[in-house]
Amino acid sequence: MIDRRLLLHFDWVVFLVTIFLCIIGILNIYSATFMDSGNKLYEKQLIWFLIGLTFMIFATFVNYIYLERLAYPIYSVAIIFLIATLLTGHTTGGAKRWLHIGFASFQPSEFAKIALILILSKYFSTVRVSLKGLSLKELMLPSIFAFIPFILIAKQPDMGTAVITFIIFASMVIFAKVRLKLLIVIIAVTLPLIPLAWRFLKDYQKARLMSFLDPALDPLGTGYHIMQSKIAIGSGGILGNGFTNGTQGQLRFLPEHHTDFIFSVLAEEWGFIGSFIVLILHFVLVLWGLNIAQNAKDRLGAFLAFGISLMFLWHILINVGMVTGMLPVVGVPLPFMSYGGSFLITTMIGAGILTNVSMRRFIF
Amino acid sequence: MGVKDAAGLLQSSLVIFLGSESNVLIHGLIKPMNVYLGKNEPSELKARLYMATGIALSLFFLLIIRLWFLQVFKGKEFKELSDNNRVRLVRTTAPRGLLLDRTDKVIVGNRPAFNLAVIPEDVKDWEKIKKIIPHIVHITEDDIEESLNKAQGRPPFQAIKVKEDLTWEEIAIIETFRIDMPGIVIEIEPRRVYSFGDMASHIIGYLGEIDDQQIKKLKKVNYMLGDFIGKYGIEYQWERYLRGINGGRQIEVDAIGREIKLLKKITPTQGYNIHLTIDLDTQLAANKAMKDKVGAVIAIDPQSGKILAAVSNPSFDPNLFAAGIDKKQWNNLISNPFHVMETKTIQGQYPPASTFKVITAAAALEEGVITPSTKIYAGGSFWFGNKEFRDWKAGGHGIIDVHRAIVESSDTFFYQVGLKVGIDRLAYYAKGFGLGRKTGIQLTNEKPGLVPSSSWKKETQGAPWYEGETISVAVGQGYLIATPLQMLNAYAAIANSGRLYLPQIVNRVETPQGQVIWRFMPQEIGRIPISPATIKIVKDALKGVVNEDGGTGWPARVPGIEVAGKTGTAQVMKLKENTSRKKPKDTPYEQRDHAWFIGFAPAENPEIAVAVLVEHGGFGAEAAAPVAREVIKAYLKPKLQTNMLKTYGIKTIDNAITEEPDTND
Repeated sequence: MIDRRLLLHFDWVVFLVTIFLCIIGILNIYSATFMDSGNKLYEKQLIWFLIGLTFMIFATFVNYIYLERLAYPIYSVAIIFLIATLLTGHTTGGAKRWLHIGFASFQPSEFAKIALILILSKYFSTVRVSLKGLSLKELMLPSIFAFIPFILIAKQPDMGTAVITFIIFASMVIFAKVRLKLLIVIIAVTLPLIPLAWRFLKDYQKARLMSFLDPALDPLGTGYHIMQSKIAIGSGGILGNGFTNGTQGQLRFLPEHHTDFIFSVLAEEWGFIGSFIVLILHFVLVLWGLNIAQNAKDRLGAFLAFGISLMFLWHILINVGMVTGMLPVVGVPLPFMSYGGSFLITTMIGAGILTNVSMRRFIF
Repeated sequence: MGVKDAAGLLQSSLVIFLGSESNVLIHGLIKPMNVYLGKNEPSELKARLYMATGIALSLFFLLIIRLWFLQVFKGKEFKELSDNNRVRLVRTTAPRGLLLDRTDKVIVGNRPAFNLAVIPEDVKDWEKIKKIIPHIVHITEDDIEESLNKAQGRPPFQAIKVKEDLTWEEIAIIETFRIDMPGIVIEIEPRRVYSFGDMASHIIGYLGEIDDQQIKKLKKVNYMLGDFIGKYGIEYQWERYLRGINGGRQIEVDAIGREIKLLKKITPTQGYNIHLTIDLDTQLAANKAMKDKVGAVIAIDPQSGKILAAVSNPSFDPNLFAAGIDKKQWNNLISNPFHVMETKTIQGQYPPASTFKVITAAAALEEGVITPSTKIYAGGSFWFGNKEFRDWKAGGHGIIDVHRAIVESSDTFFYQVGLKVGIDRLAYYAKGFGLGRKTGIQLTNEKPGLVPSSSWKKETQGAPWYEGETISVAVGQGYLIATPLQMLNAYAAIANSGRLYLPQIVNRVETPQGQVIWRFMPQEIGRIPISPATIKIVKDALKGVVNEDGGTGWPARVPGIEVAGKTGTAQVMKLKENTSRKKPKDTPYEQRDHAWFIGFAPAENPEIAVAVLVEHGGFGAEAAAPVAREVIKAYLKPKLQTNMLKTYGIKTIDNAITEEPDTND
């Protein structure tokens, strides 16, 4: 299965950028939790990284054709896990996001993203797309594929991941091409539904949205978090306060300083220079991923690479947009940087798939 | 990588937006399974990838711009906000200066107190705090509300005191729960300690929380809401010196307000120490002697005007005020029928009674109304008009001169002499002795007393002076009133041969390092208009009062020291005609006479003059003179010991000087 040609075309850019970002991420978690007593989270993240590395290598070297063939079983398992989470899941902070299997516990919603990309890629690469684009009938199946995990995740509730799931789906549909009229109709139908959806939001979610619109509304509540994050990032200045010297993060003015707001810690301690470099690295990964999609040998590869790249892109945009106060606070982590095993492993599998597609571009 | 060709990107975008006519190729090439793109890859997919790249690029660019805006453009602003978050300035209150006695013994000091305070900005859960705090310390939810309301308009992040002076137990409990109650802090502050409780508290004064009016005036000199400030006595008058300079600590705090690191520290400077003229031993002796009595004792060094002791009974404990007195305690104090908050030594105005006779005598001698050898019949009563003015002694004193008249405190003698001197000349001499106006002592709210004269009566009452009224004034009754301090100062002038000094309580003011910045200087405020010869006659008579047979002041005798002085029994109620004066114990309390004794010792070159007034104490000799004796004894103890050693060569002098003469009638 692995021949010399594969290694010859091994995509070092994706691999190295991923590894490099992961190392920066671990160091940054070390710094963010420097003043915290108790669990050494960076050590745990290091272990997740090593586990993720094996997954990544696996995802790299198993021909993605096989992945495609396993798309249905993988998707089914993901859905079963999501249902199991809702039924038996462990409640933390008012949400059921964790599934315990034996001694391990993880967030099935993260892996569901990969499963969704896989199954959508499979579908879009096989469906015959007419000149005008996908019809409503052709959209039914992929919509159902996306809708099931979306609802299950939203029900946890995990709005951030649900939103990500939806926009990955939307991006891939647009990439596959939809009839223009259909797209307009969908948008026209969806827009009036937004106020209706408002009713289904939990109170804290409404508060987040409201305080995004007007941070002064609740300066000590949700608006406080946005404000503290902006202060952290802004106070970093050009050069930053230095490793483990960010006061906003260290003194816990920043909420969730090792998970969703990890970028603020980075920006505070490394300044514009540091945050710029990390963003550029993310940027390189996304553009390189799109480039892999360009050069993929088949539609499947193109869709896989596109899906994964956009998964990265949306995570980065929403997370950084959120911590810089441009978007409302929805819990979306930053790839390779935020603390969390399920997410790290998921993104590393994603990177593995990218390499996978990349190095098979010349192999027919 | 990325954008290979900007023009290509634009072209592809157009394709997406305008429709797919331009790319007919693609769909024909798509195969059902694993469509190979290869060299004939469908350019439409490619175009969309270009577009995705373009979108990604511009969004990244947007993020970079945002970061640049926050970090570079607004970096300084946010840096400041970040510092505001983590850096707090905590004031450290300067310990007040100490108050020490004449011999440098500490009377008022400081100790650290632990206060419970709240920083509202740090509080995350008010409900919880308001629920839990009353379980730990003795305050109610309403008390917390009140403290918070009072502190409105304070600078942000400044702690608001909720409860003063926590016990160790309370501190331990609070420290345990603090992490769960962000916003709660324990502050250490120096707290005033009045080591001797209610001793001389009217002179020392007390502290209180600064009020709104004061803060408006004193904001410029760094007073803040919640500060304690001298409200009375020395604490008030010398506030400027005692206060010290507050310091500050610049600390770094975490998100729940806990101190993480000390960034900068300005040590507070303790206030200046004030060495009082008060002699602790004498003061304590005076307090002891006045125990359970209502009234005033004040002692002075007649050669300089230094106050040596001052008692005003009943008294209060300034420690109650040191933490902010509560309403109940305050009401208790002010509703006390014996006027706790009145400084009787300078605010109590009493008829001087027989103690005034020396002034009448001096006036008569100076004016030539009598000579030292003039003898007058002083019987049991004196008739003026159709009114009988009785002597305190039923049988009278017989034919006596001025010396005996003072010694025996004859009333009828002075009725006659006073009449001859006349009210206006009496008033002139009374004023000459410093009566009728404030002595000027630097204490709160001194009262001037009153010296009546014919013009005074006309002005205030519109009525002419009646000579019968002169008779009352001649023996220190009637309209005439004076404070114990005024009377004391008059006697001190007799003791020092004529000089009226400004009574002062502060010996010197020193910096904590011992540098003297203010020093006592005797200040003469006048001379009594009496010739040395007359002073000598009066002085001799005062010696006689205590030491001669038939003298009324004998209970003031101190073995080994010659004491001079005068008793007085001030009528509170006018006696009904033809009723003899009853014994004090047979009279209702509020009708009993005030008892006076004013004296000095040693009679030659006096070192201490003391005035005692016991409200409703009955006879001066009985109630007041023994108090004066104790005060004199305490002050002159060192002198007495050396005298005793010289005279008898004995060592167990303590027994000798505490042996008391029989004070029974």
